[in-house]
Order: sequence, then structure tokens, then C-alpha cells
Amino acid sequence: MTDQATPIALEEARPARRAGTASRHLTGWLLASPLVVVLAIFLVLPIVMIVMVSFWGATEWSIYPAFQFDNYAFLFGSDVTYRVFFNTIKYALITWAFTLLIGFTVAYFLAFHVRSLGWQVGLFLVCTIPFWTSNIIRMISWIPFLGREGLANSALLSWGVIDEPLEWLLFSDFSVILAFVHLYTLFMVVPIFNTMMRIDRSLLEAANDAGATGWQTLWHVIVPLTKPGIMIGTIFVVTLVMGDFITVRFMSGSQKANVGRLISNDISLLQYPSASATAVVLLITVLIVISVLLRFVDIRKEL
Amino acid sequence: MERRPRSFYLLAAFFAVFLVFLYGPTITIAILSFQGPQGGLTFPMRGVSLHWFFDLFEQQAVGDIWGSFRRSFALGLMVMVTTVVISVMGGMAFRKRFAGSTVLFYLIITSLVIPSILISLGVGLIFSQTGLNVHWSTSGFGAQLTWTLPFGLLIMFAVFNRFDSSYEEAARDLGATPWQTVRHVVLPIIAPSLIGVALFGFTLSYDEFARTLLTAGSYNTLPLEIFGMTTNVTTPVIFALGTLTTAFSFLVIGSFILLFWIIGKRRARQGSDAGQGMV
Repeated sequence: MTDQATPIALEEARPARRAGTASRHLTGWLLASPLVVVLAIFLVLPIVMIVMVSFWGATEWSIYPAFQFDNYAFLFGSDVTYRVFFNTIKYALITWAFTLLIGFTVAYFLAFHVRSLGWQVGLFLVCTIPFWTSNIIRMISWIPFLGREGLANSALLSWGVIDEPLEWLLFSDFSVILAFVHLYTLFMVVPIFNTMMRIDRSLLEAANDAGATGWQTLWHVIVPLTKPGIMIGTIFVVTLVMGDFITVRFMSGSQKANVGRLISNDISLLQYPSASATAVVLLITVLIVISVLLRFVDIRKEL
Repeated sequence: MERRPRSFYLLAAFFAVFLVFLYGPTITIAILSFQGPQGGLTFPMRGVSLHWFFDLFEQQAVGDIWGSFRRSFALGLMVMVTTVVISVMGGMAFRKRFAGSTVLFYLIITSLVIPSILISLGVGLIFSQTGLNVHWSTSGFGAQLTWTLPFGLLIMFAVFNRFDSSYEEAARDLGATPWQTVRHVVLPIIAPSLIGVALFGFTLSYDEFARTLLTAGSYNTLPLEIFGMTTNVTTPVIFALGTLTTAFSFLVIGSFILLFWIIGKRRARQGSDAGQGMV
């Protein structure tokens, strides 16, 4: 509106503003160019390649370019696919529930019950350090616990709780989910703690003054305000579990399957087109889940 | 100080159990790696010895552990430096909207959430179809960057969200060129968070498995070597290796945290002399 009132000034201002915008875009692109190059070559191109190869054909020892839907037809025509997808989603949901419960409780303790900032930072670091160590080693570490003659079985035997060793402790759904929870609870603790630390403490006092009990404050004040953190944690945990193949393979002793294992089995048989078709379906599933979750949280605002 | 409610003690107990859950297994294999020569993969301990650590140094017992450690270390440093540089540049780019910045942002998120095996498969396919050889320092390096960069960038976004741009304005008012502003004002302010980015870059690369699986070529990185061992090694030598590499990780994490702490201390001490010694 002010522009209309001063047409002359506008005429003068326009080129300058346009030049300013152009240079802003240019600076942005220049600064982002290394990032763009890396993502183009190692993220976009591989996805394009996988989509392409998913239409290719394969013999026992080689693959050849083609445009056929055989891989998808086979994938959707097989019972195994549906069972394995169901299993993948089962792992994701159960792991999500446990990591959320544990992660929320731990973050809540750190954010609201530990009073000095030094202790908060220290204990928070203790929680996050395992994230920077090897996942494979952390999986291996469960063997002495869960094996037939492991710590858990010998303890239960000596207490007289059981008469013979439990078989389902290792190489079962139980051990797979235990390992997932062990590996990924940190991904819940960190974002939830982060949002909790930004909750204005006077809101809690207000709730208290208004006569809310501890539980009411927790449920009606803290939980709603922590939702963005919960969503970010959920995105991490769900995608990590859905995309996993190594934890399931190792912790189930190759007895259980998820989609990632389906892909890695095809890869080891050199059936790349079929692996690619499964990968495309998995990617679409993950992206749908993420786009739904992103509706509940603006990641850029929460950082 | 007001008395702690009962819920504090309950939650503290829960937290303690969580820590045991988190660290217990690692501590267990650390103890078991000192098994006597006759000992197995679980308790009881049959004597205490360094037998399995010595075994690690014998090539024929475990394969090329030290070669793979050197490769993982070198790759970790490469990924670390690249992640820091690209994340800082990317973080600065995203301070202002530019054409396509939203698309790029969602690409970064995709890079974070995409199942790792897809990167491995896709990069492997591209290299094999174009006749290039996969190697840990080329295809492996790039594949790992798709995992470390999102973390680095998210940290930088968080840092710049809290960045007070009046420092830059002050620099500009004093006649600093854009480059001088970055070099002498922005970078020193964000320096501590760069330590965080570097820590993520190095450790995530050093431990990366799935994205390196099909992209490392004939020379294994350490996690690949360890995973290979899990299928054919049934002695505590694997615990010894696990203990050593975890100790190494702790050492790396410890030094980064120490560095962060020292910089913070020094900064607090020199707070009033900001800009001292600058040309």
C-alpha cells in the first residue's frame, strides 16, 4: 500500500531490491553448494538409481536394464512380504512405546527433579555417551546376559524362579526389542529433555497455586508442552527401527525377519532389482510415516 | 533448600536402574574380556588374564584388526573435518531464506531418516554400474557423510537460531568486511558448538556399519571387521576387541568434552577482553 503511494520511490527501489534478493539467493546457494553436491551424489542419485534398478531384471549372476514390473509383482504377490512388513511395524510400535515411557521418565527426572545445572548437564552426558560408541559392540554385550548359560538364566535358576534355562531370552523377538530399546532410548531422552528445559517454570508454579496435584500438572501442563520433543524422538526411533537390518539379524540369530533383512538377503544373493523394489516400498512407507509425524511438529522451530 | 518429595527418590531409583541397563552389558564384557585362556563367552571367570588382548595382536587369530582400525580412524578424521566445514557453511546459508532452501531442508531430513541400507545399496549400485571401484575413502566416505551431515546441520541450525546478530551489525558498523565478520566474530562465537559437530562427525563415522557395508570395498573398516568376527569367532577375543574400541571411543568423547570445557573456562576468564590480540 505504501508502495502505491510513492510510485517514484518504488521505481528506484525495485532494481536495488531485486539485486539484493538475487545476491541473497546466490550467497545462500554458494554456502550450501558443498552440501548440495554431497546430497546430490550420495542421497538423491542413489535413490534414483534404486528406483531405476527396481524395474530391472536379474539372472542368477547378473542384472540387466529393463522396464518390467516383475519385481513388484513378485513382492506384492508373496505372503512373506506382508508378514515381514507386519513384523517391522510391530517392532517399531513396541520399541516406540518402551523408549517413550523410559525416555520421558528419565528426561522428566533430569529436567524437573535434578536441581543444579551442573548435575543436570553431567547426568545428561552420562545418558548420551553410549550413543557415541559402537552399536555392534553394544549388541554383542548382551550375549553374556541372555545366553542359555548367561547371567539372567543362572540368576533365575539359583533363585528357584525357573527349573530350566529360558530359551526365549536370546535369539527371539524379546532380545531384538530389548536391543532396540537399549540402543535407541537416547533418541527419546535427548529431544524430550531439550523441550522440557525450555518450559517456563512459572507455569508449574501457576498450576500448583491453582491447586493442581503433581499428576495433574504432569498430564495437563508438562506433557502437552513436551509434545514437540516427543515427536522428534518418535521420528528418530521409528525410522531407525524400521530401517534396521543388523540388530534383527544379530539379536535373533537370523531367526526373525524385518524388511531390512529382506533387502540385505536379496543383496547377498546378488538379486539387486528385487532388493531395490523392496527398498522403494520401504522408503515410501518410512516417508509416509515421517510426513504424518512432521504435521505435529515444526522441526526448525524446535531446534 | 526445600525437602525433596517422595517422587524424587522413586525417579532417582528409576534413573539408576536405567543407567545400569545402559552400561551394565558394556561393563560385563569388559570384565569377561579378562577371562583366563580356558574361559568362554559367559561367566564363570576361569582365571584372570590378558590372554585375549594378546590374541588381538596376532594376525592369524582375528584377521586384519589393526589395518581396519587405521582405516576407520583415518576415515573418521576425514568425515569429521568435512562435516564441520559443510555444516558451518550450510548453517550460515540457512540463516536467510533462499530459493530452494525448503527443498534442501527436507533433503537433509530425508538423509537422516532414510534406512541406511538404501544408501549402501544405491551407492554400491551406482559405483558398480559405472565401473568404478567402491573404496572406503570414496564411496564409503560419501555414504557416511549422508549420516553425519544431518546431525551437524541440525546442531548448526540450533546454534544460529540462538545467535545474536547484533554482534555482526556491530562489526559491520566498525567497517569489517563480510569475511572479517565471519572470521573474527561469528566463528569465535560458535567455536564451542563446532566441537560438538566434530564429536558427532568422528564418532558416528567411526562406528558406522550399515552405510559402509556395501560401500567400503575390499578393505574393511573396524565395525565391518567386528561384525565379520561375530559370525566365526566364539572366544572372548571379541570381548577384548569390544572393550578396547569402546575404551578408545570413551577416550575420544572425553577429550572432546574436556576441550569444550577448557574453551568455556578460558572464555569465561577472558570475557571482558573479547577481541584481544586480534589484528
